[in-house]
Amino acid sequence: MRPVGPPSDGQHRMKKREAGLWELYFSFFKIGGLTFGGGYAMLPMLQREVIDRHHWVDEQEVLDIYAIGQCTPGIIAVNTATMIGYRKRGVLGAIVATLGEVTPSLLIIITLASILLRLQDNLWIQRAFGGIRVAVCALITQAIVNLAKKSLVDWQTILLYLLVVGASTFAHLSPLAVVPLAIVYGLMVQHLKRRAA
Amino acid sequence: MIYLALYWEFFKIGLFSLGGGLATLPFLYKLAETHPAWISAQTIADMIAISESTPGPIGINMATFAGFQVAGAVGGLIATLGEITPSIIIIILIARFLTAFDKNQNVKDAFYGLRPAVVGLITFALLKLMGVTLFHGQVIHMKETILYGVLVLCILIWKKVHPFIWILVGSVAGLMFQLPS
Repeated sequence: MRPVGPPSDGQHRMKKREAGLWELYFSFFKIGGLTFGGGYAMLPMLQREVIDRHHWVDEQEVLDIYAIGQCTPGIIAVNTATMIGYRKRGVLGAIVATLGEVTPSLLIIITLASILLRLQDNLWIQRAFGGIRVAVCALITQAIVNLAKKSLVDWQTILLYLLVVGASTFAHLSPLAVVPLAIVYGLMVQHLKRRAA
Repeated sequence: MIYLALYWEFFKIGLFSLGGGLATLPFLYKLAETHPAWISAQTIADMIAISESTPGPIGINMATFAGFQVAGAVGGLIATLGEITPSIIIIILIARFLTAFDKNQNVKDAFYGLRPAVVGLITFALLKLMGVTLFHGQVIHMKETILYGVLVLCILIWKKVHPFIWILVGSVAGLMFQLPS
């Protein structure tokens, strides 16, 4: 039994296919170029490319890879691309998939940035960006509200949140220092909680 | 050697920012402090707007934009390569040596602390951003502050609307009310 055609619908059993390097590059180029916002927004596009279209990995694998991408340093979309590339074609595959993912960003942003830098003295552009900056403040506020719902789960996490905001704002604590301190805090609090239980 | 410095700074950002695009913001503000000739707090706001309204991961878009401002197209490329290098190294190591990394109890415990800290860092970045947008020293910009309040309400009510639309709304409001005041 080695069917290479499309998997019968409703069934998640599928034969995984090999991936060519060029195919990897082009697939992640498409994912990078067609998702707005990276991270969480990329999942539907990712599933369509690597599961439905190419049959490189299955549903469960994508979710696992995505979970790892979220809890390792760096950009989630890049971590995911690296992991899938590595599983299919080793180190070279990891590099090729990641470069594919970031190429559209490079092309689009460099084009836009060069246009904008030439127009930045234009009054209309300045006014538009005056409003855009306010919209960005509002968008980030919403992102913080959403993240807080998922991460501030008890008084210990709320306390840590307030400490980080306070120490960054008033004591100018570097974010580079916050990250390791937060890891130690998390390990300690959870350890104490388990001892108390 | 500016390219090397750029690569190193963004390598650090890639290594220390957990939780995706917006998590790189506090590091960019730090960069604006340590390298004022590279980026300013003002341009970071524009970078976010453009990164949110163009395709591609926000973190990569912001790195490309920042790098471009410092050293042109090559700078954009170098900053992005710097930011993705730690990811590639770490993910390959994890894929090779650690199975079930995300199910490990210590990793879970670390993330219990990391998540609220990252929200705190993004809040700090937001305060910085508001400091140049809604306030000027002690003076509150009324037009901007009211627009901000209205937009936050709208965004929280109409959750499904794409960020790009809100950025468009912002730009129209900016033209109508003749911002920045």
